[in-house]
Amino acid sequence: MTDLFLTKHVREPDGYTLDFYTKTGGYGALKKALGMTPEQVVDAVKQSGLRGRGGAGFPTGLKWQFVDKKSPKPKYICCNADESEPGTFKDHLLMERNPHLMFEGCLIGCYAIGSRAAYIYIRGEFYHVQEVLEAELAKARAAGLVGENILGTGFSCDIHIHRGAGAYEAGEETALIESLEGKRAQPRLKPPFPASHGLYGCPTAVNNVETLCNVPLIIEHGVDWFTAIGPEKNGGPKLYCVSGHAKTPGVFETSMDVSLKDLIYDDRFGGGIRGGHALKCVIPGGSSVPVLLPHEIDIPASFDGIAKAGSLLGSAGIIVMDETTCMVWAAQNLLHFYKHESCGKCTPCREGCDWLYRLLSKIESGDGQMKDLDLLLSISDNILGKTLCAFGDAAATPVLSTIKLFRAEYEAHIREGRCTVPAPWRSGALALAAH
Amino acid sequence: MDYGRGHHQSARAVPEIGPPFVYTAEHRAALEEICARYPPEERRSAILAALYLAQKQQGYLTRNAMAHVAEAIRCTPADVEDVASFYTMFYTRPVGKCVIQVCRTLSCALMGAERVTAELSKALGLKPGETDEAREFTLLEVECLGACDRAPVVAVNDAWHECQSPEAVRALVDGLRATGEASLSGCHLRVEK
Repeated sequence: MTDLFLTKHVREPDGYTLDFYTKTGGYGALKKALGMTPEQVVDAVKQSGLRGRGGAGFPTGLKWQFVDKKSPKPKYICCNADESEPGTFKDHLLMERNPHLMFEGCLIGCYAIGSRAAYIYIRGEFYHVQEVLEAELAKARAAGLVGENILGTGFSCDIHIHRGAGAYEAGEETALIESLEGKRAQPRLKPPFPASHGLYGCPTAVNNVETLCNVPLIIEHGVDWFTAIGPEKNGGPKLYCVSGHAKTPGVFETSMDVSLKDLIYDDRFGGGIRGGHALKCVIPGGSSVPVLLPHEIDIPASFDGIAKAGSLLGSAGIIVMDETTCMVWAAQNLLHFYKHESCGKCTPCREGCDWLYRLLSKIESGDGQMKDLDLLLSISDNILGKTLCAFGDAAATPVLSTIKLFRAEYEAHIREGRCTVPAPWRSGALALAAH
Repeated sequence: MDYGRGHHQSARAVPEIGPPFVYTAEHRAALEEICARYPPEERRSAILAALYLAQKQQGYLTRNAMAHVAEAIRCTPADVEDVASFYTMFYTRPVGKCVIQVCRTLSCALMGAERVTAELSKALGLKPGETDEAREFTLLEVECLGACDRAPVVAVNDAWHECQSPEAVRALVDGLRATGEASLSGCHLRVEK
């Protein structure tokens, strides 16, 4: 796929402005949607097969269909702009360079589910992005595209920006809702689902930024256009984030029939491994998904393609690691993240993440024992599937995945009492200690 | 195990009582404007915004500040402290004028974030998590900031500086020492292909 839709104008200096957006046909999809019935809009999104781009890949049309429209309570759309999954930065780009596409997606979503207000929950660290959003939102409001009686159609809907304050767990849909309500970002037991009891106990749909950005495109260009891009059941344009040891890291838009191998090596995308090194392994969908080895990457980078290979597309955060990467160190690095970000609500996760991190640190610093490996696996097993949200599973994954694929490396690290992989790019003291 | 390593030393510390705190008229007005974004009976939704305003006014959050936030939001001080102790961007200990945050998560680490942190630590004379006596600088390690293609990423207060290196951060600190935040040029966006 050579055409760009989501990121078509991201290199234009004024591409993010309302002026540019409307001049290039922007808000045309909103006009078209307002001429359809809300049911027709939900149906179009359903038929398109659009799957959530935040990490879970849940069909968006289905999520909207589940929203309890018969309820007398107000309905809400929450745009999940809390992007915090390690290796992911596509929503950052969309919000900074194409904010109106996101606003338009929010408005159409609100129309579809009978909502009069959308809250964009943006992570606190994205303040520089938030400033752009506030300015452009004000312009859209002044132009009658947001607020009362939009475009004279009688449809009224407002968009509000809500700033987070540093909590990865706020990206979990029920924790996001809790945070929006002014509490700690801790998940709720499901059921009930947000579709029946969400924000303020009202029917709510929480959708990722990239997901909502696809909605105006589906309305504008049609269901057939969307399904024709990429493989069956994995349609639509997709943003991939490549980071780590790739030559040219960045956000790349293409169709999901692209091979993961190309995303890493092709000059259009990752450009290969930097410095003449060799690929050791890759995380295809953000730190919460299993690692893939070099012989496993000749697969389509789609939801189904990566699932078939034993991992997940997740947030499409592709983290490339070359042979100078110590996998024990990598697992320890990620578990530090999960230990820090655990909201603390569920005992297996709160205690387990900290324990996993301390064990990995013990091994990494040279004090590991062989029995620690079995303990790591046992702790992970005691977290998996025993928590209120997927965070627990996410935290256990790097441990389970790296031990499964690199057990010999862990054992060498334990036997030698030090890292056995030379890594000159790590902090001086550690790099020296490895030799 | 040191829970606080690299993260702000206020982790798990009881906040100070602090001096008496009342919002300035400007901050009070800003809070009311934000409360209007939510249904009137859901004032608590503005609690994060209220905390940001208090932190902006006083530099960090004290018990008195949080008690005032509770009054303004019409909830209990416990509700406020619950929230303030959870979110990483709220400080319950004094911080420097420049809070320098280095991302330490995998993608940045793979691109040499450890060396950037080591260099900053050396240049500032601070271990991650510490603030200097003069309250000019705080050095923190933070988790994934979401700009991994431009790793290593450093943030100074709300301004981002990507593609950092040990040399670049040394220059960053020199600039901050010379002319403060005026030396910062904001977000450095890497030129994409």
